[in-house]
Amino acid sequence: MSTAVIGTSSDRVDGHRKVTGGAHYAADYALENLAYGVPVLSTTGKGRIVSIDASAARQAPGFIAIITRENSPKLKAPANDFGSWTKLGEARILFADDEIHYVGQYLALVVGETLEQAIAAAALVSVKTVDQAPATSMDGAMDAAYKPKGDDFGPVEYKRGDVSQQTGVAFTVEGSYVTPIEHHNPMEPSATIARWDDEKLTLYDATQWVMGARNCMADMFGIPREDVHIISEFVGGGFGCKGFVWPHQALAAVAAKIVSRPVKIALSRPMMFTGCGHRPETRQKITLAADAQGKLLSLKQEVLSETSPVDEYTEKCGVATPHLYACPNVQVTQRLVPVNIATPTPMRAPGESPGLFAIESALDELAFNMKLDPVELRLRNYAAQDPARKLPYSSKYLRECYAQGVERMGWADRSAKPGTTRDGRYWVGYGMATATYPGYRMEGAALVRLHANGRASVASATQDIGGGTYTTMAQVAAETLGLPLGMIDPALGDSRLPPAPVSGGSMTTASVTPAVKLASEDAIKKIVQLAQETKGSVLFNQKARAANGRVSSFDGAISMTFADVLKAAGLEMIQGDARAKPGKEQGQYSFHSFGAQFVKVRVDPDLGRVHVMRIVSVFDVGRVINPKTARSQALGGIIQGIGMALMEQTHYDHRNGAPVTASLADYLVPVNADIQSIEPTFLNIPDPYISSMGARGIGEIAITGVAPAIANAVFNATGKRVRELPITIERLLD
Amino acid sequence: MQPFEFTTAPDIQTAILGSSNTDARLIAGGTTLLDLMKLEVETPKRLLDIHRLPLTGISVTESGGLRIGALATNSAVAYDAQVKSKYPILAEAILAGASAQLRNMATVGGNLMQRTRCTYFRDPLWACNKRQPGTGCSAQDGHHRNHAILGTSDACFAAHPSDMAVALIALDATVEIEGAVGKRAVPIAGFHLGPGNTPEVETVVKPGELITAVELPVLTGTWRSHYLKVRDRASYEFALVSVAAMVQLEGSTIRACRLAFGGVATKPWRATSVEQLVTGQTVSSELFQKAADAAIEGAVPRRDNRFKVALLRRSVIRALETVTEGAK
Repeated sequence: MSTAVIGTSSDRVDGHRKVTGGAHYAADYALENLAYGVPVLSTTGKGRIVSIDASAARQAPGFIAIITRENSPKLKAPANDFGSWTKLGEARILFADDEIHYVGQYLALVVGETLEQAIAAAALVSVKTVDQAPATSMDGAMDAAYKPKGDDFGPVEYKRGDVSQQTGVAFTVEGSYVTPIEHHNPMEPSATIARWDDEKLTLYDATQWVMGARNCMADMFGIPREDVHIISEFVGGGFGCKGFVWPHQALAAVAAKIVSRPVKIALSRPMMFTGCGHRPETRQKITLAADAQGKLLSLKQEVLSETSPVDEYTEKCGVATPHLYACPNVQVTQRLVPVNIATPTPMRAPGESPGLFAIESALDELAFNMKLDPVELRLRNYAAQDPARKLPYSSKYLRECYAQGVERMGWADRSAKPGTTRDGRYWVGYGMATATYPGYRMEGAALVRLHANGRASVASATQDIGGGTYTTMAQVAAETLGLPLGMIDPALGDSRLPPAPVSGGSMTTASVTPAVKLASEDAIKKIVQLAQETKGSVLFNQKARAANGRVSSFDGAISMTFADVLKAAGLEMIQGDARAKPGKEQGQYSFHSFGAQFVKVRVDPDLGRVHVMRIVSVFDVGRVINPKTARSQALGGIIQGIGMALMEQTHYDHRNGAPVTASLADYLVPVNADIQSIEPTFLNIPDPYISSMGARGIGEIAITGVAPAIANAVFNATGKRVRELPITIERLLD
Repeated sequence: MQPFEFTTAPDIQTAILGSSNTDARLIAGGTTLLDLMKLEVETPKRLLDIHRLPLTGISVTESGGLRIGALATNSAVAYDAQVKSKYPILAEAILAGASAQLRNMATVGGNLMQRTRCTYFRDPLWACNKRQPGTGCSAQDGHHRNHAILGTSDACFAAHPSDMAVALIALDATVEIEGAVGKRAVPIAGFHLGPGNTPEVETVVKPGELITAVELPVLTGTWRSHYLKVRDRASYEFALVSVAAMVQLEGSTIRACRLAFGGVATKPWRATSVEQLVTGQTVSSELFQKAADAAIEGAVPRRDNRFKVALLRRSVIRALETVTEGAK
């Protein structure tokens, strides 16, 4: 009898290591002769370096070296695109020139014997600059707005039909929505240790993409990619800020080369606000038109977002708009405004998070204006097939998500009239929104080894950024091999393993687990063959098959463990390999996850405080490999959504563009006391086309729709429509 | 952080002597000082550790009040049986602040000496009159959402961050300060100094002096009290506005009132005029509206913290409603 492992709530296989200190994060490796690098950052928003005076630093105790453009080897520019797995966080190469584009730019690095000595010496470095007036917000820089070139993630703008047509229009809604700059702030700040062994480079790195880091580092230093080894066994969260390669990774390698010692750079929390991206500010104008029954006739979304002067990052707020609802006339436009603030980067559900805030808020407004239930409005505009690509969805059960959410939240009892539901002095409100995120999949590879000691190992150059990849890989291998989960040793986070894509875009499970399954099957095929071909084997020359972790004769009368087969053959191990990639189904179906977020809030009408009392979320993400880790990811995403709705925002000083809330005391994220009841569930209906595993990703969808559902609930409670996030006290006082 | 010398004070006299050196800082819980040293806002050459001095006791005084040693931790005070039963507003205020870990380290004396959270004070790259007198105030034209609207000056409008001190000022506490020439007792209302033209001088404690205790006078009669803290998240966050409210009621008449504010002022703020306005009056929403108006008198709001005026008004009303609930 086969043991079901996939789909069960297994504990994390790496949990014990994590809670006992056995899990090594990038900064934890105590390499011999390790030196410490502390960056010298620009404090001016725009200008040029005239000179860097390190004479005082050189006299400081423990000073080893100062690295600047003068003594750095000239780095080459990688192709810098996603498709070739060479994506940089910032297109400008480290030490490219003496220009300064934002506060926090790396101008130099001081290397010291200890971290404290390096910090003290770095503080003695004096940088002379010629300063210019920086543009520190979109407000003063609108003249420079431009149409983005786009990237290899797909187009930015979109058009079908004609949004200006007026036939049959009974209702229109128009509104402008703003989301602020937000920072990922994973628990673990980024860190890199670089070590050179002759011309070979090893990085212990906090990264969501070991293969991307390997390729970029090799290309920048002009060495063969095989000569770069990236190790990232554990990552303490990323949310996008560790997805691409940032200058500190190159800086550590440059420094290690110059001082001929391993060098560690661990970003401080303030550096996390300038050194590894952020979600840019977005401003969106939404114009909706609907007929008398609430059928959408047109949907227009005009997006403005900021980027830095040294890269083009587009927060594609309209990414979900073309397919979200059935609507004949849709137009998305976008302009970028360069400002002298560090380069933005994807942050959990880039595009969808701010985009759905605008669209789902506008839909709520439409529903209210036409006295229609918000769920009913969405059902009337349900897209049974992808209206943009004109393809069937591979698997879409959004109706079921709405229905379950309605049932569990007790939505039927909601009063549509704002300010009518009370709980003592508090006003109570209910809101909902649709959640969506694409079901991305890329090519992934894995190997599975059966060992003579009876254990099996599974390995892929993927990453576990906290979502539970170690565990899901082990589960798929265990079930396919027919071995208990405890017999599987998973390995990942190492660029020498079979290649896998970025742990971003919610694609890890969809990309890696099919490869693990195939590699397991390959290992089984090989062990069966070995049993049949090995003379000392009791199955020699017999028809045989594998089941329940054993190789047995067809009638089941004779069987051997995998270990027995290997011993009979005198082998230590046998290896199965596989590459799994998406195929022609990608052109036949549209792959998207969907969900519904239902929120209950309690608002203090006098003091403007919003308390999220309950969130009921229902997600359709295909098959769920591990309900326990899936639930954890959903909880995290929803809580991050609460943060986005109510408190997250980075404030900048308008004089130089310096972040002035660059600490976890000043940049607020929810604490436990902010969190009441969060109840996520998954429909767990396998996607028949995404892969043999039927699983789409779950990393990002949970945050989508949370902010608008909360804003809609606040409207339902108070009658106040807040179109600018976060919904802080002052926005509800008037 | 700059290198420094660390020594432990064996007794109070050594601590007093050591603190007379302007290069030296006394360290107890270190929850503010270490933070500021890492930011290089504080760069003492010497740290004198006082946390082992025998100043941790909490005891009932002869007059029936409570004497709290300056080195009693915030947690010890908040969970003290005497404090909880006789001065619940103090426990409430302390537990509304910081986190459990910080409260376990932070001391009463240190809390009185804690410094503002103003971004520009905490970053030596910016001009700041409090950090470097005469350099100017970067917050005026910068981000100042959390700043003060009461007790401000042109030189500085940084908000005082303490919750505990707001309760202490409502309780009419006395701060005992010991120096080379002996002890003096300073009423807490006179302990913190507004910024005026010298925002760098925040308290009456002089070099060569040590806070040894805080004394709470006995509270006669029956008081109802409440510490209302309004902030951007439910825990581990400084107040946008806080109100310590205490009343003695006779039927629906307010016989006595104590009212103090945090988060909105440059020092823990006792609202004496509002207290006078409501004392002897009958509880009513009209009265509370008037009290709220009086509370914001003299407020100087700026671009980002304008909302604090309305928020303070409403918080005063809410706090008074809470402590007079059921009064008929």
